[in-house]
Amino acid sequence: MSATTPTTPAPSDSKGGALSLILQLRTYIALIAVLAFFAFAAPNFLSVASFTIMLQHIAIIAILGIGMSFVILTGGIDLSVGSTAGLAGMVAGMLILNGIVLEPLGIVIYPSIPLVVVITLGVGALVGLINGALITRFGVAPFIATLGMLYVARGSALLSSNGTTFPNLVGTSAHGNTGFPFLGAGQLLGVPVPIWLMIVIAAIAMLVAGRTAFGRYVYAIGGSERAATLAGVRVNKVKTLVYIISGLCAALVGLIISSQLVSAHPATGETLELSAIAAVVLGGASLSGGRGTILGTLIGACVIGVLSDGMIMMGVSEFWQMVIKGSVIVAAVVLDQIQKRFITGARS
Amino acid sequence: MTLLRAETIVKRYGATEALKGVDFDVHAGAVNVLIGENGAGKSTLMKILAGVETPTSGRLLLDGKEVRIGSVKDAAAHGISIVHQELNLCPNLSVSENIFLGRHNAGLGKSLIDRRSERAETAALMKRLEQDIDPDTLVGDLRIGQQQIVEIARALSDKARVLILDEPTSALSPTEVEVLFRIIRDLKAAGTGIVYISHRLEELLRIGDHITILRDGSWQATAPVAEVSMPWIVRHMLGHDGQTAVATPRDSSATTVLSVRDLTLTRPDGGYSLDHVDFDIKTGEIVGIYGLLGAGRSELLESLIGACPARGTVRLDGKDMMGLNVSSRVARGLCLVPEDRKAEGLFPNLSVGGNLGLSSLPKFSRLGLISETAAGRAITAMIGLMGVRTASPDLSIGALSGGNQQKVVIGRCLMPGPRVLLIDEPGRGVDIGARHDIFARMRTLAEGGMSVVFTTSDMAEAQTGADRVLVMARGRITADLSPSEATEAALIAAANGVPEPDPNLTLPEMSPA
Repeated sequence: MSATTPTTPAPSDSKGGALSLILQLRTYIALIAVLAFFAFAAPNFLSVASFTIMLQHIAIIAILGIGMSFVILTGGIDLSVGSTAGLAGMVAGMLILNGIVLEPLGIVIYPSIPLVVVITLGVGALVGLINGALITRFGVAPFIATLGMLYVARGSALLSSNGTTFPNLVGTSAHGNTGFPFLGAGQLLGVPVPIWLMIVIAAIAMLVAGRTAFGRYVYAIGGSERAATLAGVRVNKVKTLVYIISGLCAALVGLIISSQLVSAHPATGETLELSAIAAVVLGGASLSGGRGTILGTLIGACVIGVLSDGMIMMGVSEFWQMVIKGSVIVAAVVLDQIQKRFITGARS
Repeated sequence: MTLLRAETIVKRYGATEALKGVDFDVHAGAVNVLIGENGAGKSTLMKILAGVETPTSGRLLLDGKEVRIGSVKDAAAHGISIVHQELNLCPNLSVSENIFLGRHNAGLGKSLIDRRSERAETAALMKRLEQDIDPDTLVGDLRIGQQQIVEIARALSDKARVLILDEPTSALSPTEVEVLFRIIRDLKAAGTGIVYISHRLEELLRIGDHITILRDGSWQATAPVAEVSMPWIVRHMLGHDGQTAVATPRDSSATTVLSVRDLTLTRPDGGYSLDHVDFDIKTGEIVGIYGLLGAGRSELLESLIGACPARGTVRLDGKDMMGLNVSSRVARGLCLVPEDRKAEGLFPNLSVGGNLGLSSLPKFSRLGLISETAAGRAITAMIGLMGVRTASPDLSIGALSGGNQQKVVIGRCLMPGPRVLLIDEPGRGVDIGARHDIFARMRTLAEGGMSVVFTTSDMAEAQTGADRVLVMARGRITADLSPSEATEAALIAAANGVPEPDPNLTLPEMSPA
């Protein structure tokens, strides 16, 4: 790695070198382990079809997790992403079905699908901006600010349709708003669009986290917010931006899900924030900020995705699935703490 | 009489050997001084005595009998207490809660805390330390120096047989140091064995009885303090004769770079942290700001950088800075090396290079992406310029010694090429070798046209390191002295708020060592 990249702490040359290496690579080892296990235990697990489906599920968690990674790297948390995804789906649904009603003029404008996408992403960014403003301008703790937003966004989603579903979002050619299902169900070069979106977003996120001043500031704020302020980093601006990024990712996920279902339901995305946080933590990030990588989050999302889909394919009961998923997440954090002890032990 | 003896102590961290078979005796009723550069192994040895770390090999003898000190609790059971160099207090708890943390006074039914007796004991301790600190004050609301007093009070309340003081005076004012010394003498008379670590050599010569010098994890020399001299100490510490930077007078025709007028910062209680401060800094000038604890030195520097809501005018090259936030001021050529560099200067999760480059990333960016080659080259150059001892820029910042971390923070501030460098207590917690390096570097930079403003509570630092000394007392500048005018008497007089130094002023406490 180059001189200034915030890497995981330098490999220690302590006596536990091999063990410490295993601990550092634990997310990869976990992924290989679950893949190997299900390859034997689950029928039809090793097929292109099941991998394609699994990757689409992973894409949802990964995109949310990437946005969440930036937030967690600054030492914050965003609990509102699941609700924001739900709200975004409803906004898209409403725009496609009802259009924009301009009451005084008595006309209805039906925006084209690209415009629907832009407006919906704008709603996600707005949610993030409000989160960021609450946290930086009013000093509300991120947990509280985004918990409040979790309720507000979900409530808004329910209000938008009075709790009902926006069905059949195929659009009509008369309104010039057909093509919405492409986002979730379309394919490019034989690969589903959500997987492409995950790849593109992950690539951009890696570049931003590792190679831009903004990315470095995100790590710096997570390391020491006070030091970052005194070093001349615009801490409030950077922190607001990470919540906007998280809101954008959440809105995109809302679009993907409603496009896949060709309908928007106000309960969409419930508890997805927990899967996203779990992916980030499994990927080796510290919830106190400053430590973690986008690649780690991707692998973490894969572990969660493979675990859920594999268990479904094995026919494991839903209740057991929850117990196992929870245990894996806690085990990841325990291993993380053990690894930390190794590192501090190797330092004078 | 030897109270506690450490024999051939070895401590390894991975492949690095922090202690290479060190012997150390703690004599009862004496001040046992331990000195050495940062990284010499002093703190490691003390952590072993205090049960924070266990030695890789070697043994500890208490009253001639071998003991195992595996934890802080073990150490406490043997009557060994330590005041760490780094503050270990809970900022969200009160002074008395901190002092009794982990061993509270049992009250009603043995399960409730007897707050009243704890408060009373805390008040008594504060009285003994001559501090006007309310036991109910939150530690987080205290200045660093006052927090250090609380740490000392906590150790005193243990009634220990062996009391280890690791850099106890680094943030104390001269008056507080005198109080501490008086208490040390009391403890000595009561038979306590005191281990004293400090970088302030003149202090060690005043208070110490036995002196032990470590270098690179090895024992160098032991002698009674009465038989040693400053040059002897420096020679054993460094392995060569050290030299001190000598201030050269600057030409007075230089232009003003920083102009401060009427700078005022109000405290929550209505008083002034900064009371209408006026001064000018010239190009290439090094100005030392001397003052006692609470005089407003740190507040002054923080107000200049924009981290405090001060009023007044601050002009850099004639342009007003007051409406600007910290990052805009940094971009225009101001920078601050904070006093508490561990909490406010370092990014513990970034590498040495990541820390150094942080304030100048836009400079190394092309189309929004950081050019690793350009950044790497500048970082390597800065490591060389500051003399940072590190195997690689990729090393974790935590692997560096305190002095080298200080150099990294200064280097980070220098990378964008500032006009004025503000350094809060450059010598705090830094060994004399690194301190010498830092002041020498400041001199070189000033000759290159940069101005430096540093604060200090060390008179020698103010006298030898600066072209001009401003003395602060209670938020005001009480004297503006040239190096020749900055005698100890003048500094003390001004720091206590006496505007004109009185030649007849008698200072029995502070007679030169």
